[in-house]
Amino acid sequence: MTDKYAQLVHHGVGRNVAKKLGLPQPAALRRYQPGQPLITGPVLVQGNSADADNLAAELLSWDLDVRRHAVPREKLGAIILALDEVASPGDLEKPILTAAASLRDLAPGGRVVTVSRPASEADSPAAAAARQGIDGFLRSLAKELRGGATGNGIVLRQGVQATSASSLAALRFFLSGRSAFVDGQFITVSSASGEPARDVDQPLAGKIAVVTGAARGIGAAIARTLHRDGATLILVDVPAAGDQLAAVANEVRGTALQLDISRDDAGQRIIGHAAQRHGRLDIMVHNAGITRDKLLANMDHSKWSSVIGINITAQLRINEALLASEHFRESPRIVSVASTSGIAGNRGQTNYAASKAGVMGMVRASAPLLAAHGGSINAVAPGFIETEMTARIPFAVREIGRRLNSLQQGGRPTDVAETIAFLASDAAAGINGEVLRVCGQNMVGA
Amino acid sequence: MSIDGQSTAGPEEAGSPTAGTPGLRKAVIVGGNRIPFARAGSAYAKSSNLDMLTAALDGLIARFGLQDERIGEVAAGAVLKHSRDFNLTREAVLGSALSAETPAYDLQQACATGLETVVGLANKIKLGQIDSAVAGGVDSASDAPVVVSEGLREVILDLSRAKTLPQRLQILGRLRPKDLAPLAPGTAEPRTGLSMGEHQALTTAQWKISREAQDELAYNSHRNLAAAYQAGFFDDLITPYRGLARDGNLRADTSLEKLATLKPVFGKNLGADATMTAGNSTPLTDGASTVLLASESWADAHDLPKLAAVVDAEAAAVDFVHGKDGLLMAPVFAVPRLLARQGLTLADIDYFEIHEAFAATVLSTLAAWEDEEFGRTRLGLDGALGSVDRSRLNVNGSSLAAGHPFAATGGRIVASLAKQLHAKGRTDGRPARGLVSVCAAGGQGVVAILESL
Repeated sequence: MTDKYAQLVHHGVGRNVAKKLGLPQPAALRRYQPGQPLITGPVLVQGNSADADNLAAELLSWDLDVRRHAVPREKLGAIILALDEVASPGDLEKPILTAAASLRDLAPGGRVVTVSRPASEADSPAAAAARQGIDGFLRSLAKELRGGATGNGIVLRQGVQATSASSLAALRFFLSGRSAFVDGQFITVSSASGEPARDVDQPLAGKIAVVTGAARGIGAAIARTLHRDGATLILVDVPAAGDQLAAVANEVRGTALQLDISRDDAGQRIIGHAAQRHGRLDIMVHNAGITRDKLLANMDHSKWSSVIGINITAQLRINEALLASEHFRESPRIVSVASTSGIAGNRGQTNYAASKAGVMGMVRASAPLLAAHGGSINAVAPGFIETEMTARIPFAVREIGRRLNSLQQGGRPTDVAETIAFLASDAAAGINGEVLRVCGQNMVGA
Repeated sequence: MSIDGQSTAGPEEAGSPTAGTPGLRKAVIVGGNRIPFARAGSAYAKSSNLDMLTAALDGLIARFGLQDERIGEVAAGAVLKHSRDFNLTREAVLGSALSAETPAYDLQQACATGLETVVGLANKIKLGQIDSAVAGGVDSASDAPVVVSEGLREVILDLSRAKTLPQRLQILGRLRPKDLAPLAPGTAEPRTGLSMGEHQALTTAQWKISREAQDELAYNSHRNLAAAYQAGFFDDLITPYRGLARDGNLRADTSLEKLATLKPVFGKNLGADATMTAGNSTPLTDGASTVLLASESWADAHDLPKLAAVVDAEAAAVDFVHGKDGLLMAPVFAVPRLLARQGLTLADIDYFEIHEAFAATVLSTLAAWEDEEFGRTRLGLDGALGSVDRSRLNVNGSSLAAGHPFAATGGRIVASLAKQLHAKGRTDGRPARGLVSVCAAGGQGVVAILESL
């Protein structure tokens, strides 16, 4: 599962050869460790809007070193670009080119974060053009950044302030090492709801969370990350994976629930377990999924139906049970694992991509149902992640999968887990019905 | 776990008339965990008793979230046991996710070991000595101890005491080639030299148990176990181990026809009357099981389920050495004594779990209970003890299908029965009762009654 190439091109001969040949030299990403500083240097807040001022004041209260104007040759941890007041495409140039002058000072692992408003049909054509323009700008900038730096954006719906709980939570997420493999992406904050975390190192303290498919890979990483963030865990996997599940459960001091999630009563079993042991359930992470790859011409009933059944139908059925349960009522959160295959498509994965795109559709349509209880539902779409599963992909295909993104490397299971933990936190309650990619800005798809 | 919890054995915990001795609090079964049982020499061939018991324990800890918990006491044992495993259970606790401050002891009562750990620990809970306990058992027929001959052993010990070279040479001179052959463990009874199977063959013939009846019992065992797996019954009773997710001995596709083709392996001196085959006898098996026991207050304080209470238990032994009774017939005597003490009859039992050492053991037991003469003369009753409703017998399969790692069988039965009783009690809206019967080497047997909560 280790990326030997990435290790090779960082030292001695390997580094020189890679440099001379112009081969990709993937950077070591800055990943979150509890207790580490949020960002590695001063934060430049660029822009003249009221939101820019408010954000700068807020970041100061986080004990960050904040700059409203660039200091020449000072290394920057991040550049925040407030573009929320652009009214026509001509308005983009000044703030963007001012920020551009500081790009060379961005430290390795640095961050660029735009703050903007969504383009909508209600806008004047010029305003919509300016707002939509930010999309293309940011995604291109993210592809230019090097040294493990990333560029992402926060899109604030009408009426949502840049200092709303979820806007700040998104900003903290993008600035931190938690978003190491999230690149070229936008998070839309649709409402002002959300409670700032009392302890930013334990944002899930006191929460009861279920993780399906928790015996290994991304699921086990999600369990470890949610545990680190303070959640109490119920770990679900098929009975046949029970030994690995038990090992993870004992590691994170949770309980193991051996359960085939495609059973009709899976939702009831999960609620029953949570109710018995903890009296309630706060967070449901749908991670369990399978692949049964085959070209469509060779697809059969069992390969199609098992993938659809486990990857999407089971989630729908479990969510239905959860939403009907009195034990899932206090700011309930659901986070589903989708896939970039469901966005861009993937040869040989018609069944899998249908199921994962289905997850995204489900998430959007379920958002109002969760919002009714002060809750939220979102999806995370991983790109190429280094797991046992991707380690079995043939070498050449695997190398292409790894390198074809802005960060020139595969993500780690923890990268997916960090994003899920963020979306599961109460601070992120204003983010609802969204799909967030964790793909290092994979070249395929949107 | 609070100190208060230990001393609040109030009258509210005394329970119903059959739920134990009045004045004592209840000992409840929270649940269990075992690893799938494997035929000897297969999936667990390289696993030690310590490995398997630790795995079963860790699965239990994971199921119920007992990490770092200081359990009142853990008791387990093995029948085939290495001398290095003198503290087997404590070592398993130390290797597990439990608190290292959890005390443990080993117990050994042949095949009744597992059930006896349940009984002993339940009694401690009832007395208020402990609030929580894990009972268990493990056996490996694959990793069995192989010992040196008595002659070689004496030479080695004498050598260690010798002081001079001539003494050592003189001691070595006593060695004979035959002393160098290792001794593998057998299941032969020390006082009769007969294996368990040969003993049962005598009993089988005595009670005229037919080959067809034995094969039918074996068939039902496989069928019931397979159906239980199919229904997901074992989802919260078993944790896979070493690539095995189901009992390796289970033959879901077996048939009466297939069983009928097997040749007799025991009682061959009976000629055409030999009825006991590899199909209707349990194979040598590796495996481990655990059961979580608690006081009601401990289970409540930990938000854990309460499946059933351990009501009462009885041990018995028979004089098989002089042929008065069959080696495995002790439960025949223990059950009537237990039922009488509890004021119950066979008709009051919703589920029977009679360990299938051999199909013929179960059938001989049932035959003895149905026999008027035996009831009067041997059990001291007015007539026959009664009949066991076959639809209530070993409903989720038993040892013929699952296999029988000697000391692990008791835990397997108790956890499964407690779950079955709990479901039955919920359905019927009244407590459901179950009877466990386990026969053991040395002419012993332990039986117990559980009642759903």
